[in-house]
Amino acid sequence: MAHHPRQRSIAVLVAPTGSAAVIRVVYLGKLADAAGKPVSEFASSSGDLDWPDLLALLDSHVGEGLADAVRDPRVKVALNGAVVSDREALVVRHGDEVAFLPPVSGG
Amino acid sequence: MTERLPHRDIRLLDRMFIPGTLIGPFTQANPGLGGVCTFVGEVRSDTDVEALELSHYEPLTLPGMHELADRAFARFTLMGLLMVHRVGVMCPGEPIVCVSAAALHRRDAIDAVDFCMDHLKSAAWFWKREKRGGAWHWIEPREADHADLARWQA
Repeated sequence: MAHHPRQRSIAVLVAPTGSAAVIRVVYLGKLADAAGKPVSEFASSSGDLDWPDLLALLDSHVGEGLADAVRDPRVKVALNGAVVSDREALVVRHGDEVAFLPPVSGG
Repeated sequence: MTERLPHRDIRLLDRMFIPGTLIGPFTQANPGLGGVCTFVGEVRSDTDVEALELSHYEPLTLPGMHELADRAFARFTLMGLLMVHRVGVMCPGEPIVCVSAAALHRRDAIDAVDFCMDHLKSAAWFWKREKRGGAWHWIEPREADHADLARWQA
């Protein structure tokens, strides 16, 4: 991934409000245990978050070790209900919903 | 003979259901069928399992079941397909899934159900955990599921 110097987004975890002006993050399966909750909502000063921003937020604001759990290549990422093919190219904006999907359980 | 649209009933349910109440009307809705094949899966009464919980992700799970139904209709010659899956907390003995296919010929009905079940079990967006000794444990993917899916790759 091309690296361009930019100001790191400053994002804060907000109490869930159902408001459209936040970034909603959903944790499925055992990732909800790692996060300690099924959903987080963030408000970001810059309005958008890239993949490294998002991982940093998970560790600093949600649960230590959560970023590592999500880095597992078997974890798929959905943006607004569609699985993304290149999660490292993800850019998330206010009003978006990101879901972390661990491997589905077998029979 | 006039063309009729295939009968299609795809649902996620968050409470107990009685498969018979779905299968009867489904069969009735496919007049002239040559065969109907139905599979009902129930929560196994394994020794120490107290409950099973299935979670799903609304934007993906039901649309994924519809895509699976599309593939079944494309692959087999079907008159109708019923695919119902539970989410939420279930006790041993409760039905968890019901797939029924109606066709003019038995092979299509039987194979369509087998195809849908293999994909529902290993590729659909469900996460399962079971309660044993009062504690919840997540169920991990199994190798056998990949083998089940590989049966249909040709």
